Amino acid sequence: MQQIPEIFPLILFYGWSGMLIAAAVGVITARNPVHSVLLLVLCFVISAAIWLLLRAEFLAVALVLVYVGAVMVLLLFVVMMLDINVERMREGLTRYAPLGVLVGLLLAAQLSSVWWLRRSGLEVAAPADSLAFEEGNTQALGTLLYTEHLYAFEIAGYILLLAIIGAITLTLRRRKGLRVQQVSEQVAVRPESRVRLVRMPAEKDQ
Amino acid sequence: MAELLANWLDFLPPEAAGALVDLVAILAVTIVVILCVAYTTYLERKVIGFMQLRQGPNRVGFRGLLQPFADVLKLLVKEIVIPGRANRWLFLTAPVLALVPALAAWAVVPLFPGFAVADLNAGLLYLLAMTSLGIYGIILAGWASNSKYALLGAMRSAAQMVAYEIAMGFALVGVLMAAGSLNLGAIVEKQAGGVANWFILPLLPLFLVYFISGIAETNRAPFDVAEGESEIVAGFHVEYGGATFAMFFLAEYANMILIATLTAVLFLGGWDSPFAGLIDRQWPVVGILAAPGLFWLAAKTFLFLFVFLWLRATFPRYRYDQIMRLGWKVFIPVTLVWIGVEAVLSVLDIGPFK
Repeated sequence: MQQIPEIFPLILFYGWSGMLIAAAVGVITARNPVHSVLLLVLCFVISAAIWLLLRAEFLAVALVLVYVGAVMVLLLFVVMMLDINVERMREGLTRYAPLGVLVGLLLAAQLSSVWWLRRSGLEVAAPADSLAFEEGNTQALGTLLYTEHLYAFEIAGYILLLAIIGAITLTLRRRKGLRVQQVSEQVAVRPESRVRLVRMPAEKDQ
Repeated sequence: MAELLANWLDFLPPEAAGALVDLVAILAVTIVVILCVAYTTYLERKVIGFMQLRQGPNRVGFRGLLQPFADVLKLLVKEIVIPGRANRWLFLTAPVLALVPALAAWAVVPLFPGFAVADLNAGLLYLLAMTSLGIYGIILAGWASNSKYALLGAMRSAAQMVAYEIAMGFALVGVLMAAGSLNLGAIVEKQAGGVANWFILPLLPLFLVYFISGIAETNRAPFDVAEGESEIVAGFHVEYGGATFAMFFLAEYANMILIATLTAVLFLGGWDSPFAGLIDRQWPVVGILAAPGLFWLAAKTFLFLFVFLWLRATFPRYRYDQIMRLGWKVFIPVTLVWIGVEAVLSVLDIGPFK
């Protein structure tokens, strides 16, 4: 590993953070919903890049894989299919504005509380260096998840499984009279059941 | 080779020299991939021509060998028509979004012993992430074109890619369980020592699922409903022409070569020689056959690439609902079952899963 000058990661961090904030502002101000979705994709990619700066390579790649590669594709799909009337969307702005401001204030309060705690000398989060392990981030995460945090990990897994089953049962509906291809029946078809060979004389008796 | 270059550049500060070496490696791999793409198009036309008792391209250069360059020149000088009321900006971004992941994925592919542009520890994950990004180019192209055919093609393609990505991911889980590493170089090294050590035999179902899903993922025949010339003209790239079309073309073929190479790397031992266990490397003349190297990877890649073309010339197009059935109801259960089998075998220390 080559020695990278101290200033370089700092420049990257502030550059990417600036882009991230700009993209996030773009998400809520873009007029076209498809543009909003794409800017959100950009947000995820930049966040992954910032995680890479912390040497959290597994988390960074997983973020791109799960959110950009799967979740946002489906969201983009839905947004494209919807026939969104931008004028009508804007009507509710004044009605929802107080709620939005409240949520924004809550978020700001949470963030500033962390900042305030750190200023008062409390150790809030582990320094970034602890994320980098000798044997690689992925292996270290795996070791931790499957030993120390096994129960939490498995419970999370079961909750996700439950959510999947719930989502499927909520949306699964069987329409009556629907004609579905029965592949096993098609494969099991024998010529005898479909074709009847008839022996006929080639010419009629005169 | 990289060390030689680094020594030669020792008058530069080490960071700059390192960056320069990386840059040269990136450039070399990209150029080779693009040249391979050019000649894959030629190969495809020749092979399919041969199978259909035709000549294929034979006018430009010796036996048509310069045909790819003539095609590139033609595409580059053509006018780019942007349809009316199309989303201009996204229309022009979409081809770039299709091409970039197709080329970026090559960064982690180990080409010969000890060489990959970026030797990532999470290489397999990176590959999955990159191949899942290619879908954006297709969806956006379909949407931004403001055309029914393009949108239909994009919708089909998106649903298909999402479905087959899951099966592909599970097949890769099987590979990483067998190799015990996410690093592609380590996966190849685990398979070193001839055919008996390759993952193709213990992971045969996963190998089949991976390769067939790869064909579906690249939207190639018989899974090419996204293009479906006879139904929706050309699908998502119906409105594209000239250089923008060339980029989609480049992305599709780069993805094809990538899938072929990855199948070779993950299941056929990558740069490992098939004779490694049979022939001693000290033997005269034939001993060279047992040496690992880029040649073996290229040969295996060519084999799978040929299968891609062979399938295209052989099979009729799948119907859309049958594609979905194959992806969700056949491939995903097969991979899940085989991962379970692998887990049991590795717990019991049976076979190569230790």
